[in-house]
Amino acid sequence: MLPGFPDAMPLQGLAGGLMIGLSAAIMLLALGRIAGVSGLAARATGLAASGAPRSVAIAFILGLPLGALLVSVLVGGVETTFPASPWPLLIGGLLVGFGTRLGSGCTSGHGVCGMSRLSPRSLFATAMFMAAGFITVGLLRAGGLL
Amino acid sequence: MKQTAIALAAGLIFGAGLAISGMADPQRVQAFLDLFGAWDPTLAFVMGGAMIPMALAWRVQRRMAAPLTVSRFDLPGTTKIDRRLAIGALIFGAGWGIGGLCPGPAIADLAIAPAPAAMFIAAMLAGMAVHKFAVR
Repeated sequence: MLPGFPDAMPLQGLAGGLMIGLSAAIMLLALGRIAGVSGLAARATGLAASGAPRSVAIAFILGLPLGALLVSVLVGGVETTFPASPWPLLIGGLLVGFGTRLGSGCTSGHGVCGMSRLSPRSLFATAMFMAAGFITVGLLRAGGLL
Repeated sequence: MKQTAIALAAGLIFGAGLAISGMADPQRVQAFLDLFGAWDPTLAFVMGGAMIPMALAWRVQRRMAAPLTVSRFDLPGTTKIDRRLAIGALIFGAGWGIGGLCPGPAIADLAIAPAPAAMFIAAMLAGMAVHKFAVR
């Protein structure tokens, strides 16, 4: 599909990305909010003192697996390969939870919403978390852990 | 009620987009972050695709006095760049690389691979709780 990258799925990536952007656009224009999943997840679970109304946060968060389920049923399964050991999930999850709260956002809030707004704060945060991701995976590979 | 229904629909579209795009697959996310291995550029297309409707939405937003269903926009500031932001983003990025998951895909994956997704989410909520009680 993409010369030189046998595993890439550019069309699916683009189509899914457009849907993610559409969802964020609905949140912004209809509800006046950023579709930031880390913030909404924290709000939905009572781990954030302020933010979206609880009902809005809970509804959005419930919608995520429902949407994935719908696609999975329609296309006959979505391919996912998780780390074989529980440790990357546990350590990764802990760091993602703490880091997204300290840094006020994740791939959706800073990445999708903030970058398209040309927010200097989000452009900086996205550069930081992308760099950390590249370096971390590079180190895992160098250490034979990937 | 109307707001809750809109949020549910938006979450559903978001989750469907994640599942279609390949971003719900931790191995693919790690392959995107693996610049020195068999690099997979798919996530760049996801990001690029998401930018298009949102860039338009921000242009529309600037001309709107209020959102469609509530009285005012409730948006974060864009200028404050401090140590908290930098360290938080770096820690998040490290966790993203280790697990191959960020919050949206992890939650969407509850419908696709419930056991590992739940494990990641439990740890993620623990991390959020640590922040809530330890950082002031």
